Formats: sequence, structure tokens, C-alpha cells
Amino acid sequence: MNKIEAKNVNVFYGEKQALFDINMDIQEKQVTALIGPSGCGKSTFLRCLNRMNDVIDICKVEGEIKINDYNINQKATDVVRLREKIGMVFQKPNPFPKTLYENISYGPEIHGMAQSKDELDQIVEDSLKKAALWNEVKDRLNEPGTGLSGGQQQRLCIARAISVKPEVILMDEPCSALDPIATAQIEELIDELKKEHTIVIVTHSMSQAARVSQQTGFFHLGKLIEVGSTDKIFKNPDQKQTQDYITGRFG
Amino acid sequence: MINREEFLNKRYKSEKRFQFYGKSAIVLALLFLAIFLFKIFSTGYTAFQKTWITIPINYDPEFMYLDADQKPSIQDLEDSEYFDVGIESFAALDQNANEDQITDIKRMFAFIFEEEIKYHILSNPDDFGKIVEVKLTASDDLDQVFKGNYPRELPEERRRVTDYQLKIFDKLSAEGKVESNFNFSFFTNADSREAELAGIASSFMGSLFSILVCLAVSFPVALLAAIYLEEFAPKNRLTDFIEVNINNLAAVPSIVFGLLGLGVLLAVFGLPRSTPLVGGITLSLMTLPTIIIAARASLKAVPPSIREAALAMGASRMQTTLHHTVPLSLPGTLSGTIIGLAQALGETAPLILIGMVAFVNTIPGSPMDPAASLPVQIYIWAESAERGFVEKVSACIMVLLIFLVLMNLVAQMVRHKFEKKWN
Repeated sequence: MNKIEAKNVNVFYGEKQALFDINMDIQEKQVTALIGPSGCGKSTFLRCLNRMNDVIDICKVEGEIKINDYNINQKATDVVRLREKIGMVFQKPNPFPKTLYENISYGPEIHGMAQSKDELDQIVEDSLKKAALWNEVKDRLNEPGTGLSGGQQQRLCIARAISVKPEVILMDEPCSALDPIATAQIEELIDELKKEHTIVIVTHSMSQAARVSQQTGFFHLGKLIEVGSTDKIFKNPDQKQTQDYITGRFG
Repeated sequence: MINREEFLNKRYKSEKRFQFYGKSAIVLALLFLAIFLFKIFSTGYTAFQKTWITIPINYDPEFMYLDADQKPSIQDLEDSEYFDVGIESFAALDQNANEDQITDIKRMFAFIFEEEIKYHILSNPDDFGKIVEVKLTASDDLDQVFKGNYPRELPEERRRVTDYQLKIFDKLSAEGKVESNFNFSFFTNADSREAELAGIASSFMGSLFSILVCLAVSFPVALLAAIYLEEFAPKNRLTDFIEVNINNLAAVPSIVFGLLGLGVLLAVFGLPRSTPLVGGITLSLMTLPTIIIAARASLKAVPPSIREAALAMGASRMQTTLHHTVPLSLPGTLSGTIIGLAQALGETAPLILIGMVAFVNTIPGSPMDPAASLPVQIYIWAESAERGFVEKVSACIMVLLIFLVLMNLVAQMVRHKFEKKWN
């Protein structure tokens, strides 16, 4: 079933066009990987899905992006509600310089999700458990989130993202700043999260895409060259460009 | 071919030379500072001491125009005259003194001797009719003589202190009747034409009120302007133009703001002249750009990843700003504010223009009362001819410097205490 449908998406940074006519469907409760060389537009596309490009003054997004059959790329869309439904994890871990507890409770608080302190405590605990961080931090919830290791910080950011129970989680190269062990932990976590959430992940690592995703889209120079099941893309791609990139001949 | 050994040596030498230049620059700067501080402190520390002369005062009922046979009530003592008590007691210091010489003796004391004599009898009513020793404030010239700041070797006609006064003074001094104590009145008195009575209370309160008004006006305005420009305003020609002008505003000479205060606040709005209210508003025009620039710089220093994190959680732009960006930028903003205020505290020119240079011998109780300010007080005293004001100027500078150092220390502490580290 399609969770997200992008139709004829064009993105411009001022005069420069960054994405050309992207058409892509993203399946519900699956992991979709976006791969491609640097500057190919995969992160730009990801940021269209929760309208994070709004932050950039000169950025203009055209086309239709339907989530649950509703076009989010229109003025009338409430970005606050949208981002409540579509969480995001960034390349560099960016916890708030506040306590671990406040990092997680912030989302539920601003969206009014908890009626009481107990409920909020429960949400924090559940989120940290789902992010496989609870056992490591349960005794120091009042310490600053910035004091954790890089891998722990990234899992904290994932816990923060899932605290508001989003339907979709966008991940922008979530492991690129982490060591292999932390990366393995995050990948395991992604596998776990896809039971409840639709995940779109941008990655530079082909092996990571192969490991964690069911669908893969290959971007090159702002165009979506090929999209399909990960198996097919990695074993038997239709396009020569995809073949070349996967086998390491460029990029 | 270049001799590489020699080439390397040259590089080391030039680096050493460079370090030497840097060190000498620092030593030179410290030397100037040391000379400056030494000069101020060595001239000024005596202002914290004041000279008193103890002489026998004759509380003769006759001089007080009171009935000798009957003990007077406090009210009687309150109402009676003490000028003659003083004059008769002064005359008693030298049995052979003629009229002029008695006047000379009178001038050895501060003109408030009547009040001092009255104050003593009011607190000791039993001394009525007796001759008792009372401590009187010495005149500013004798104060300087006692502190050794007075050029006694000058010929008499070029001194304000006569030989006769010196003779009497030396005699009293030899008897141990002259003493100097901590000068409380320097901190509790308002300005006065008499150096021995002049204090900084009026100008200190004036400065304090001005700074508070300045803070109350400039901080909220500057903070809102900085937040809007940095977080919300679109980046276009208009905001560029505004930014350039804010930077220009920070470089405008302060006297121009003084003219603005004079022309607008006093002339158009008719606010009361010479008051800290007007002074504070005028100074806030000066601190406004400083605080805006500091606040924008510290807002800029908050990593964009924090804003993205908050926005991606579904926070609105205002929530992102108020919950995350502003709290993180506050230490920098506050220390910028304190430094801006410290600048305003030392500002003289604009205050002179709006009339805070007036001679104020009352202590202001609110920003609406006329007052001087510390730097203006320095200016007023530095213009005065009397020798007694020389040390007062340095003492006032010391108070101002201590005030400034304290403010800068607070700024440093705020910055260190609340600064958040992120990676």
C-alpha cells in the first residue's frame, strides 16, 4: 500500500533546479532507501516530505506530494500537524542542550499529548525503550542529552522523533557520524521500527541500503533514475547508470 | 641553491621577533594602565579621609539667648541661635585675636559649624552652660594642609590659607586636637560648593536611575528587534538596509544622541530637564544598537541543527525561537547588555546636553528628580578651582571604575555560568 506518492516534484534553489520531475511511491511500514552520489538531491527530496525546505528562503517546491492521499505541498497544509505525523532524524545527532527527559518530553508537550505527569513519564519511558536506550540512561534522565556518546545521542534523537508517534520517520544519513558498532545498533533499531512506522532513509552506504531497506530509489543529478525493490536494484537493475553506481564505477 | 639550514633558522628568528613584538605591546599597555591607576589612586585615596578639629565650645546661655537660671527644653535648644556660640568659642582659641583674626579662625571650619554645635547640644542637653570639647569639620583647605597636599611654602598672598590660620592650626595639631577619620559624608552627601562637604550620593543615585531606565527601555526593544531580524525577517534589501543602519547607529558619536534627547525628549515631549528619566532614555538610544548587535550575534551562534530539531518535532517558529534559540542565546545577549550599560554609565556628553550637568545639592529619590551622574560629577569637580576638589575627582573616578569593573565581572560570570556547550 502506498503511504507517500510524489508526482512531478521539481525543486529550485533560486535559479538552480535541484530536482527534476520526481515520481515516486513509498510503501507503508517498509524501509525505503534513497541512494546516490553527493549532491544528487536525495536529501532535498527527503526534506520535501516534511516541508523542512520551507526554512530555506530561496527554496521553491513544485508538484504534488500526497501523504495518506492528501497533498501536503500546498499553502493550506498545517506544517505543525504535518511534522507531528512525520518525524525526522538528522545526519549529525542534534539533541537539545537540555536533560534527556526534556529532550523526549518536548514533542508530546508542545502537541498536548500527555494529560498528566505520569502519562508523560510513560511516553518518555516507552520512547526510550523503543529506541533501545532505556537501559543505558534510565538512571540519569536529568543529565544533559549532549553528554551522551555519538551513537547514544542519535538513538536519543530517534527516541525524540518517535515520542509523538509519527506515521513516517525520515532519516537523513543517520549513521554517517557514527562508528560501526553504533551503526549496527541503529540499523537493528530501524528494523524494529518498521513494524509500526514507515521509514525513508537517505544513505551513502550501499551496504546499509541493502541491509535495511525493502525499496530503493537511485538519484543522480537531481533525477530519480530508478526505483524498485532493493533486491532488484542491487541484483538486476534496469538502468546502466544504476548498475555502474552500485558496482562502484562512479559516485 | 638556498642553504636550507640557514633558511630554517631565519624562520625561527622571525617567529621569535614576532612574539617579542606582541609581548612588548602587552607590557606597554599594562604600563600605561598601571601609571593611570597609580595616579588616580595616589591622588584619590585621601578623599576617603576627612579632617576634624576638636575645640572647646562654650555653651554659654548668654550666647544662645536663653535664660541661664532655668534648664531649657529640647525645643528651646532647637530654636536658639548658635552663631555667637561658635564665634565666642573661636575667639577663645586666641585671647589676643582681633576682629579679622577671629574671622580667619571661623574660616578654618566648614560653614556648617553652627549645625554641628547645635547637633552636639541637642544630643547632650546636659552640656548647657558648660564648656565642652566638640569635633568640628575642618575647612577643605585645612583638610588639604593636614593631608600634606597643600603648598605651605608658597608666599602668603598666593595662598587661601593665611599664616595666622596655619599658626592656630599647627598649635591645635600639636595638642592632638586635629584628627582624620573615614569620610562617610563623601558617600552620603549630595554635591556642594564646599569641597569638605561635597559627596557623590546625588550623582551615584543619578547614574543608578539612569542605568535602570536605560536597561528598562533598551533591553526589551533591542531583544525583540534582534529576534525579529534574526529569526523571522526575510533576508532582502530592506532588512540589509536596516542592518547596515543599526551598525551605523552604534558608531554615531554620543553627543548626537544628546542633541536628539534635547530636541525631542525635552523640547517636543516636555519631559523634566536634568532628570535620570531623560538621561536614561537618551543613553538607551546609544545602548540599543550595542545590544541588538550582541543579541543577533549570539542568536546566530546557536547552531541551526537545534532549530531544525525543534521544527522537525512540529514546533512552530515562535516555539522554536522562544523554547530553544532565545534561551541558548541569552548568556551572550546578557553579557552584551551589561557591557552596553557599562558604556552608557561612563557617558558624559549626552547627559551634559540634556542638563544633567546642573549643580544638584539634593539626593534624587526617583528618576523624575533632577540629578547629576558620576562622569558628569567628575567633569563638574574637575572644573572647580578649589584644591579640595582635586582628590574628589580622583575618588569619584575610583568609584566609577569600581562600578564598571563590577559590571564587567557580572557580565563574565553570566557568560560562564549559563553558557551551554554543544558539539
